[in-house]
Amino acid sequence: MKNHPSASSQPARPGSPLDSSGWLLAPAALWGGCFFLVPLLIVLLVSFATRGVHGGVVWQFTLANYGELLHPIYIVIFVQSLAYAAVTTCLCLVIGFPFAYFIARAPRHLQSIWLLVILVPFWTNFLVRTYAWMFLLRAEGLFNGWLLHWGLIDEPIQMLYQPVAVLIGLVYGYLPFMVLPLYVACERLDPTLIDAARDLYAGRMATFRRVIWPLVKPGVVAGSLLVFIPAVGAFITPDLLGGARTMMIGNLIQHEYLVVRDWPLGSALSFILMALVILLLRGYFRVDRRLSLPQVSQ
Amino acid sequence: MTRGGFWLKLATAGNVLFLYLPIAVLIVFSFNASRLSATWQGLTLEWYRLLLTDQALLEATFNSLLVAGVSTVMSLILGVMGALGIERLAARYQTTVDGVILLPLIIPEIMMGVALMLLFVTIKLPLSLLTVVIGHVVFNLPLVMVIVRARLRKLDPQLSEAARDLGAGTWQVFRRVTEPMIRPAVIGAGLMALTVSLDDFMVTFFLAGPGAATLPLKVYSMIKAGISPEINALSAVMVLASMGLITVSLLIQRRSSS
Repeated sequence: MKNHPSASSQPARPGSPLDSSGWLLAPAALWGGCFFLVPLLIVLLVSFATRGVHGGVVWQFTLANYGELLHPIYIVIFVQSLAYAAVTTCLCLVIGFPFAYFIARAPRHLQSIWLLVILVPFWTNFLVRTYAWMFLLRAEGLFNGWLLHWGLIDEPIQMLYQPVAVLIGLVYGYLPFMVLPLYVACERLDPTLIDAARDLYAGRMATFRRVIWPLVKPGVVAGSLLVFIPAVGAFITPDLLGGARTMMIGNLIQHEYLVVRDWPLGSALSFILMALVILLLRGYFRVDRRLSLPQVSQ
Repeated sequence: MTRGGFWLKLATAGNVLFLYLPIAVLIVFSFNASRLSATWQGLTLEWYRLLLTDQALLEATFNSLLVAGVSTVMSLILGVMGALGIERLAARYQTTVDGVILLPLIIPEIMMGVALMLLFVTIKLPLSLLTVVIGHVVFNLPLVMVIVRARLRKLDPQLSEAARDLGAGTWQVFRRVTEPMIRPAVIGAGLMALTVSLDDFMVTFFLAGPGAATLPLKVYSMIKAGISPEINALSAVMVLASMGLITVSLLIQRRSSS
């Protein structure tokens, strides 16, 4: 303020050059710059460097790390991760949509309670939630116990360490990310529009396809990205619930960094994952703008 | 609509069962007397007692509380300042900044973990609880900013303008006008940051050096060693702790918005 004598005599407007309190953002921006942007830049730089003999990094430019990623082993893991994330997203959508729709149609005062019902498991430690499924799916677990008890099977089925266990874990972990934006979209859906469609003799399917779907589509896109992005980079779920054949990008990155200690290759992997996420996020923000516009005008 | 209503209710019941059954089973079996069997063998508190005698676990809990406490306080100071700072930017910059601060919350956690690890190795800062705290502030700071910013946006700017017109300086406006109005959001954000920090595994995994294990790291190594009733007991405690923290946080934020 001392440098701006005029500021004390005249109330400063936000954003005006007279206002000096924009500096308040500086510490946070500095923190984000030093510990978020710079580290990501280092990942990019290291991905073009050479691996040292005993791990570590030798600063010699190479494209070999990205070339190595074209090896079928890595391609398979990448495709597998994308497939897991895609199937997880579809399952979350199918499972979560009726739930979101139900909450949006519930009486106002109950809606916030329903949202809490979704949020409580979401705020439970991810490791604990994943462990809960290990506990249920293992050979001596509750599911096998029930099946054996009812005489449906003679010996325990191997459910844990299978792709299906990874899928269950991923859907369980990220379902709230799908339900919340879907709820927001459904909540804005005017029920009289559906009634109108019905009055005009649209069948159940036609009403959904021609009225409901176009209106909730932004929520579907937002929810799908919010599920797909963390799912494609998952580490804990495939690590704990999956077997040797269910490795995903996250596990590969961890393996390269901490086990093989090939940091340049790990960095190249990370960077490709990040590029993928940024591409998806661009799509998200484009949709989010459309989704939040009506909110602003309310 | 009756038939549609039935299927909706069924799907909702299925969702609730799916979300809560695993956690419920986990907690129920933390009281099961049998170590190995999945059948009920009678009630016991033995596993909880064992938790209290596990020295490494208590140490990890202390580390977690320390990291969560320090990183939350730092995030609150930087975050509230930052949220106030954004308010002061021109409108077109505000939209950009609001988008940028979301980035650390959206990119895969493993990216943040490896990137920070590479930074600390590059600047030769040994991995310890200090590096864990720095990492936790990276994701807690945007969290605080988003929550406080949402509250600030709802405030009437005329209130602080009125205070200025009456001769209040910048600090006085904050202390007497803005701060009391955003206090519930700040407390809510703080509790949420505490919870996220206490729960974090991925970033901590890459940033904790030897001897700097936090509770989630300890849980991970216990799970890796095999399923045991102690983990169930520990899980039950953690579930209740985060539920408590989050409920209080949401209640405070609710009260502030109504």
